[in-house]
Amino acid sequence: MIVAKTGNEAMAYAMKQINPDVVAAYPITPSTEIVQIFSSYVADGLVDTEYVAVESEHSAMSACIGAAAAGARAMTATASQGLALMHEMLFIASGLRLPIVMCVASRSLSSPLNIHCDHSDSVASRDSGWIQIFCENSQEGYDSVIQAVKIAESCYLPVIVAIDGFILSHCMDRIEVLDDDQVQKFVGKLKPNYSLLDVDNPITVSPACLPDSYFEHKRAQAQGMIEALPVIEKVIADFAQKFGRNYPVLEGYRTDDAEAVVLAMGSTVGTARIAVDNLRREGKQVGMVKLRVFRPLVHQRIKDFLGKFKVVGVLDRVESVNSYVSPLTNEIRSALYPAGQIQNCHKPLVPSYVYGLGGREITPEDIMNVLDELLTMAKTGKMKDEVTYVGVRE
Amino acid sequence: MTKLKSWKELPCGAILTDTKAVLENKTGTWRTMRPVLDKTKCINCLVCWIYCPDAAIKIKDGKVVEIDLDYCKGCGICVEVCPPKVKAIKMVKEEK
Repeated sequence: MIVAKTGNEAMAYAMKQINPDVVAAYPITPSTEIVQIFSSYVADGLVDTEYVAVESEHSAMSACIGAAAAGARAMTATASQGLALMHEMLFIASGLRLPIVMCVASRSLSSPLNIHCDHSDSVASRDSGWIQIFCENSQEGYDSVIQAVKIAESCYLPVIVAIDGFILSHCMDRIEVLDDDQVQKFVGKLKPNYSLLDVDNPITVSPACLPDSYFEHKRAQAQGMIEALPVIEKVIADFAQKFGRNYPVLEGYRTDDAEAVVLAMGSTVGTARIAVDNLRREGKQVGMVKLRVFRPLVHQRIKDFLGKFKVVGVLDRVESVNSYVSPLTNEIRSALYPAGQIQNCHKPLVPSYVYGLGGREITPEDIMNVLDELLTMAKTGKMKDEVTYVGVRE
Repeated sequence: MTKLKSWKELPCGAILTDTKAVLENKTGTWRTMRPVLDKTKCINCLVCWIYCPDAAIKIKDGKVVEIDLDYCKGCGICVEVCPPKVKAIKMVKEEK
């Protein structure tokens, strides 16, 4: 069925079709509508979900953790300060290997106060042990929420599905929704390994692990993340085969003979496609790389795919203010560092382009300018600037 | 001393399914306040048993037998969750 929905509406609708056991949430712009709409599904009796209206995002994640530990399928949604307030509990959810799925409408972090899109919130949670999926459009957001449930419950890891705040969350788009039973069949029944409420089989959840055992548990958790990638790719392939929409963890657009490429996450991927098309019409050999799965970092894919280019400009919608280059650039550079050891691979120049903070618009022209600059770097073999702030007033 | 396990042998998410660790680690020495149960008031709803983060509430045949102070760190959660009309547990200060 084809419907007109905003990103938030599409994600709420996906949650309705998933029909989770528990949703615990606290409203925050721009993700409020997701749980607001979902709560109306609860009120109208369209889902079987126990909806927990909590007093903060810290409590929202705590309630999801409790529910998931009891063997329930638990979901929530948040953004920005809400995700920041959850920070402590994010690590507990992942450390306990609980398959919680969270929708995020990406938004900047205060201060100064700003409600608009950048990736500061999710990217600041990059080391919290959650799988992170960044979506190009609302269709992908809808589909990814459904995939995320399957991914989370297959590898016992929590998953964030991020759509760009306002740009996607509040924009009406054409969405192809699946039938309820298609979604139910795809996500299947949750088969928890244990339940906190099973009094006949008592368990200890989150025991104190001192220096003699904490390290081993963290090593095991890291392995869970390593082993997640094949599971993620299997779910993506399964979804593509069943419903015809394929979203690789990393993909190239017109990159085959490209001299220079930009790499991006989120809605800017769509903008970059237009920029690439425009320059291709002028005969310029440029391309774009979309990174969809940010966590786990798909380092081997990055190495294999990007190693062949002379220059890769990283479009980063976040500024970590205290690093050498911006966060995503750091990740790409670290993955590419050993690329020189692979046959026919260069170590590409990887300049950082910080853009769009606090919802500052990024246009195809902005990205065309970046690509032109990258083409010059490809010719000269010299990096112009390590970090460029696109669209900031000097 | 038993050999410590490799990371590959540990349960996913550090979930412990046996109660050995709980029974071995007696946390009663942490206590500064002690719960005192009035059995004449207790209605055996077992809410304290569910909420107790350790193994301090001893039950038998669906009834609260005693509070085992070896496992009671004196958190007072049992007092908080005991139904308001019952109030069968109160905290008293540990004194020498």
